[in-house]
Amino acid sequence: MNNSPDPVEIVRDPEFQNLARRKNSLSLTLSLLMFGAYFGFIALLAYAPDILRARAGAATLGIPIGIGVIIFAWILTGIYVKWANGAYDAMVARVRGVRGNRQ
Amino acid sequence: MNTQLGQLSPVAIAFFLAFIGVTLAITYWAARQSKTTAQFYAAGGGISGFQNGLALAGDFMSAASFLGIAGLVATGGYDGLIYSVGYLVGWPVVMFLIAEPLRNLGKYTFADVVAYRLRQKPIKTMAAIGSIVTVIFYLTAQMVGAGTLIKLMFNLEYETALIAVGFLMIAYVLFGGMLATTWVQIIKAVLLIGGATLLTVLVMNRFGWSYGNLFSAVRALPNGANLLDPGQYKVATSPLDLVSLSVGLMFGTAGLPHILMRFYTVPDARAARKSVFVATGFIGFFYILTFTIGYGAAVLVAPQYLAKPAPGTPGFGNNMAAPLLAEILGGGPFLGFLSAVAFATILAVVAGLTLAGASALSHDIYAGVIKGGQSDEKTEVRVAKMATIGLGIVAVLMGLLFKTVNVAFMVGLAFAVAASANFPALLMSILWKKFTTQGAVASMAVGLFSAVLLIVLSPTVWTDVFHFTSTPPVPMKNPALISMSLAFLTGWIVSLVTRDIEAEERFEEQMVRSYLGADKATIASH
Repeated sequence: MNNSPDPVEIVRDPEFQNLARRKNSLSLTLSLLMFGAYFGFIALLAYAPDILRARAGAATLGIPIGIGVIIFAWILTGIYVKWANGAYDAMVARVRGVRGNRQ
Repeated sequence: MNTQLGQLSPVAIAFFLAFIGVTLAITYWAARQSKTTAQFYAAGGGISGFQNGLALAGDFMSAASFLGIAGLVATGGYDGLIYSVGYLVGWPVVMFLIAEPLRNLGKYTFADVVAYRLRQKPIKTMAAIGSIVTVIFYLTAQMVGAGTLIKLMFNLEYETALIAVGFLMIAYVLFGGMLATTWVQIIKAVLLIGGATLLTVLVMNRFGWSYGNLFSAVRALPNGANLLDPGQYKVATSPLDLVSLSVGLMFGTAGLPHILMRFYTVPDARAARKSVFVATGFIGFFYILTFTIGYGAAVLVAPQYLAKPAPGTPGFGNNMAAPLLAEILGGGPFLGFLSAVAFATILAVVAGLTLAGASALSHDIYAGVIKGGQSDEKTEVRVAKMATIGLGIVAVLMGLLFKTVNVAFMVGLAFAVAASANFPALLMSILWKKFTTQGAVASMAVGLFSAVLLIVLSPTVWTDVFHFTSTPPVPMKNPALISMSLAFLTGWIVSLVTRDIEAEERFEEQMVRSYLGADKATIASH
């Protein structure tokens, strides 16, 4: 077991499954949020530009919304890094530790 | 206004020589650490997350995005923001779907990941073709841009400028490998963000530190309402074409070989994640700067200077919006500084691209296909270096060949090919157990071929390059929506009708490694 643990066995391990499931669900949620924000913005631009044409001060509403998508993207990557470099890496270390000192 | 643009300024030359001096010194230092394949392709995996984040930003922020987007905002208004947003939102996709599996499964190129459990030779051949086509389109656009810019800024002959860029770029990559290329990117990113920040500070200072004042001044221009109107885009021919453009921009980033390659320069997945976060932050900040600079130039730079260059007119083209603005607000020395920064930017991007292209030739084709993964390390590095020289020469020749052609579409084409040929196969190989070798090869081939064909039949090439008078067969300028969908569909259907038992059996192994990372010892000897 020290040399090469059977990958099928690791994949069946509930702890590994938990780790994979949590990671997949966060990646998927954040991706969908990003797609929603970006393609929502593009759909408005393409099919309902009047909404973005509305005045916002001297500018138009499209300007803060466009900048907002950029900032939103940055926040999402921040959330992911914070989770992955904390909770997720701890789970990885635990599974790797149990699985026969794989360092 | 009397501009010094196009005159050789001592300040520009001094900054430029300082940049060349420092980067060549780094190359000399890096040369001793660029002997093995791990060092040449991946800087020995010793770059930190923050450093790689800056280098990713450096690789991504081309002169086209600095001068081009500022110019697009200055003369086209909202169009510039469409590009800025589209270029940025690819980064979260890279982070959530690609970065960690890429880091954990591959060695030096994204083809390593696609080929992880599929058959090496057909996959690596096709993936290398996708990489090289992407790199050559991107490189050609950069080279033509470089020649034109340097001619405008330094009054150097177009041909001389191209050869100078070619020589310097080959020197960085050939002698310094990934380590020198990384540091060239970092220095360039710091200079570019610093220069753009300073220019933005000067703009905001002129407008009383208020975006309200800036937009009021834009609105007061004769074409002001149009510049602020999101619905007036010229970057697409129809709403559907706009959606297609946005698909290409978003997913193209996740298929650019020179970006994907950078994830092998960091020690682990943790550093890879951090580097995407840092890159997203810097690139987003930079796009907000270029947007401000663009609107500032719309107000402060007289429109005749932004008109297309023509004999007897003062026009420099809208690409010169940022440098002209710099001269108005900061005088000749600041113009000189920004000109040198633009040159440095071009050099860094072409170096990164050349290294990625050379790796596809030496690591994927030579070591993976010709030698069946059994290459001698010294020979592989030598092949990589020969490929570097070859690609450098190709880049200069492409620049000379396409001198008079409007190459803006080539960057779009590079993104469309990356999104269609590279990204779908990469994603499916990571996620889908029943993905087969045949499915992957078919997906990459269809993605590549359809993206190129659709753009040749579109108004950008049919009308603007070939000057055919007939209606272009494809009305859309941006192929990615169709070509990327075709690539996913092909990969899915072909995989359903074929079976790759060995690939399925190795999926668990791939999964474990993708989530948990490889052992350090395994990475070193793999």
